[in-house]
Amino acid sequence: MTTKIKLKKKSNGYDVLVLAKHPMETGNRKDKKTGKIIPAHYITSMKFAVNGNDTVEASLSQGVSTNPLIGTSLSDLKAGDVVSVSWVDNQDGGESAEATVK
Amino acid sequence: MKRRSFLKGSIATSTLTIAASAGLLHPTSVLADYPTAAFDADDAAAAVSDIMGSSDASDSGDIVLKAPVQAENGAVVPVKVSTSVPAEAIAIVVEGNPKPLVLAATLGAGANGVLSGRIKMGKTSNVVAYAKTAGGVIKASQEVKVTVGGCGG
Repeated sequence: MTTKIKLKKKSNGYDVLVLAKHPMETGNRKDKKTGKIIPAHYITSMKFAVNGNDTVEASLSQGVSTNPLIGTSLSDLKAGDVVSVSWVDNQDGGESAEATVK
Repeated sequence: MKRRSFLKGSIATSTLTIAASAGLLHPTSVLADYPTAAFDADDAAAAVSDIMGSSDASDSGDIVLKAPVQAENGAVVPVKVSTSVPAEAIAIVVEGNPKPLVLAATLGAGANGVLSGRIKMGKTSNVVAYAKTAGGVIKASQEVKVTVGGCGG
């Protein structure tokens, strides 16, 4: 699994942290050997859901660092709720992960 | 459009099938909502206006931006935005970047006003966090010094 999601209980709900392995290429770099531009390859949309119901939708760009670590916070979670994240990138790639509230 | 090739291309279909069968990807809503123009804008005010509906924002203590005063590495600058009032959207702008808008989020039901991420900064500049609240757009900013730029150009 190259996308991980972690939940951490806080006073106002749960912190949700997602780490996605992704090059997040800006499209500005050149391959040193061929001299050709390395195509832009970055996560665009990252959606969060609780028990299948959409909540936060993060929009990323070339301005986000390699291997994005994105955080948000959700309230109203109870034990057994499933928090899921799924992302897509500009080359039609995508992944998802989920965690269950303890 | 390259994204629509998932309907026809067999290679693209395989990665999406796994996610789609888990019921987690809804192609039309995922593709339709991405604010491409805002992220492509080279003008910070235009980008903010696109995302927030207005670039008219007031400084407020209800939005807190946590960012390092000095970034060790411009390629990885950790920032965190939190609001103490309900917000429907948050946007993070790096004024000195060629494309100022770097990260944004819409906050739906059950979401607290928090967005954090690691961003790329090309040079020392102001980082500005915006939040769309019932009372209008609020912002908080902080200068982040960068010694080694991280835009990879």
